[in-house]
Amino acid sequence: MSASEWPLWEVFTQRRAGLPFEHAGSVHAPDKEMALQNARDVYSRRGEATCLWVVPADCIVSPTPEEAGSFFDPSNDKIYRHPNFYKTPGANFE
Amino acid sequence: MKILSEEELELKFQERIDKGEIIEPKDWMPERYRKQLIRMMSQHAHSEIVGMLPEGNWITRAPSLRRKAVLLAKVQDEAGHGLYIYSGTETLGISRDQVMGDFLTGKAKYSSIFNYPTLTWADIGAIGWLVDGAAIVNQTALAKGSYGPYARAMVRICKEENFHHKQGYEILATLMKGSKEQREMAQDSINRFWWPSLMMFGPSDNNSPNSAELIKWKVKKYSNDELRQRFIDRTIPQAENIGLTVPDKDLKWDEETRHYSHGEINWVEFNNVINGRGICNKERMKARRDAHENGAWVREAANAYARKKASKTKAA
Ligand SMILES: [Fe+2]
Ligand SMILES: [Fe+2]
Repeated sequence: MSASEWPLWEVFTQRRAGLPFEHAGSVHAPDKEMALQNARDVYSRRGEATCLWVVPADCIVSPTPEEAGSFFDPSNDKIYRHPNFYKTPGANFE
Repeated sequence: MKILSEEELELKFQERIDKGEIIEPKDWMPERYRKQLIRMMSQHAHSEIVGMLPEGNWITRAPSLRRKAVLLAKVQDEAGHGLYIYSGTETLGISRDQVMGDFLTGKAKYSSIFNYPTLTWADIGAIGWLVDGAAIVNQTALAKGSYGPYARAMVRICKEENFHHKQGYEILATLMKGSKEQREMAQDSINRFWWPSLMMFGPSDNNSPNSAELIKWKVKKYSNDELRQRFIDRTIPQAENIGLTVPDKDLKWDEETRHYSHGEINWVEFNNVINGRGICNKERMKARRDAHENGAWVREAANAYARKKASKTKAA
């Protein structure tokens, strides 16, 4: 990033109340007010969002793809966390 | 853990592509893949941005308030398209400043179509119907490509293009129901924009240096000629529907292939326009550079304001 380039913000949109927020893309903006306005103009020109989150891109933390395997590994072998692990002879659970 | 060699990594990468997996920004990818995507995506984004100029030319002269509101909304969408794709390009590790810099110095290219002038109001119809029509065919294919951020930007764009496409057709359909002069104006516009629209799909397959690699990596799913054919097949019936003809005396329906066959494309013209010798190349680049330079004080002022506010919050 050069000195003049505005910081990068990741944009999340909620389509309707009750739905989860979804990553839409990113915008550049000098501050949070303009980040919100830019996000609205870029990612919701047709009512695609009823709410918006903008987050400074460098505040987002995630595992690297190299780590991802071992990072998620502890939960991969616990099939008893799924309902179809259990035998329920004859009973109707529908 | 075993450290994989470059070749092994590349093999694994190709396996992922062949299985139809989607590549995300932090995944390992060959340097060529990254470079090709940066080239293609930034070129695409620049085209969206330059594309605003020929249409912007008619905003103040739109024939009615309805047409003016529509054209404004369409041009604003194109700015949005540019920004979706710039944002996607940055996920490949190149800064916005660098991408813009390559554009303004003329190092990066943009679609040849926007170097043609918009001489009459009918050209706004022709652009929406033909140019956005061609863009839809292209972008629908790109939406299934292997790089996640690019494909997702395409999905977003495709949702908006149908409006662009139809408003252009409506303009032409209205002119074709008008006076003799209006009908001639519509036809003249198609005569000028038809061939350049076909060129938008790029060189013929046997002459497209990047195609094979891009198809191997599923950045592209179809060849230039296939997409061009798809565009022609769906556009000709729409033209006939309102009494327009296309300026190709060799165009005919082939009952055997169930496709239209068309005449030879003037690739000399295409190469001239791509290499800076089109009618409006200089004008377009000047408009972009002026906009960038004249906007510099706004960017600086906004930065200064943000810094001032931040230091106040710290002091408080
Ligand atoms: Fe567009
Ligand atoms: Fe468009």
